[in-house]
Amino acid sequence: MENVDYKELKKGGFMRQIQKNYFSMRLKSVGGQLTVQQLETIQKVAEKYGHGYIHLTSRQGVEIPFININSISQVKTQLGEGGVKVGACGPRVRTITACQGNSICPSGLINTVEVAEELEKRYGGRELPHKFKFGVTGCCNNCLKAEENDLGIKGGIKPSWNNSECTFCGLCEAICPAKAIKVGKTDKQLYFEPDKCIYCGKCVKICPTSAWSGKSGFIVSFGGLYGNRIAIGRRLLPLIFSIEILYKTIDIALAFFEKNAKNGERFANTLDRVGWKLLEKELNKAL
Amino acid sequence: MSIKADDFVDITDVVCPVTFVKAKMGIEELEDGQILEVKLNEGEPLLNVPRSFKDEGHKVIEVNDNGDGTFTVFVEKSGL
Repeated sequence: MENVDYKELKKGGFMRQIQKNYFSMRLKSVGGQLTVQQLETIQKVAEKYGHGYIHLTSRQGVEIPFININSISQVKTQLGEGGVKVGACGPRVRTITACQGNSICPSGLINTVEVAEELEKRYGGRELPHKFKFGVTGCCNNCLKAEENDLGIKGGIKPSWNNSECTFCGLCEAICPAKAIKVGKTDKQLYFEPDKCIYCGKCVKICPTSAWSGKSGFIVSFGGLYGNRIAIGRRLLPLIFSIEILYKTIDIALAFFEKNAKNGERFANTLDRVGWKLLEKELNKAL
Repeated sequence: MSIKADDFVDITDVVCPVTFVKAKMGIEELEDGQILEVKLNEGEPLLNVPRSFKDEGHKVIEVNDNGDGTFTVFVEKSGL
């Protein structure tokens, strides 16, 4: 058998198994989407080279276990021909996860799939001091758990209220999870406390007369971790409405991580060590 | 509670998606412009049932908090 460069293999998404000479092969997915053509390819490879099953990873990916070390190059070729790429492991930008967002889900406030694809295009597989996870979720229901990620993106809406459309039915007050709205049914008044608003957009979605409307944007969180240590990503910026500013802030965050992190140190740990204020200062330059 | 409803349906004893089905059956019995009174639980039903009414063109005209974890919603059939 040829000499095996395990580091190189891991870069290419081969996870060493406890069974000697076998690897669980990680495949690339973006935002949890695979085409039927890709599925067909994966099926064939799992049948021919694996043990006839696949594993769905915790991050919307697919792994094919039991790929023998001697089959790796054939497997790669066959997958490549069927439009399937190998996923990322090691100290780099990992699988970008996303929910289905506003092109499918009634609750969605942003196009998560588009954002995930753009993230993959810009940052996918980029080498960094340690693994770096992105997650994109369409709204504050947070199915994709944005704050678990090193960088999380969540859809939000900044609502505004139009007096002339309102019938003061009280529905928005009843559903507002932040209790930011009070409806005076008898005096025909509405009291809104913007400081309490969490940008969930429920008032906009539910209002029977469209008296509530709003502009959707991105709620970005930094430094989430869900491994040995658990840390919730922190919001350091106001709601971002411009897609250019969104990517500018991400560029800054990644450059900050590259510059300040020790090798093998996750983003949250770097931020704890060097100070969150420092990142916040850098990020504010993008606004 | 100044609104007079034409019919009443209680969906506090069921969970999603039966809440939606029961509410839909209630509104289908009515003529356009008539009002259905729906008693539902706070939380998910309160969020989803009125949104489904909106999607189907019915207008929520009043919501009252009963103070016991339930709400009463008045809906005008085809009011949108």
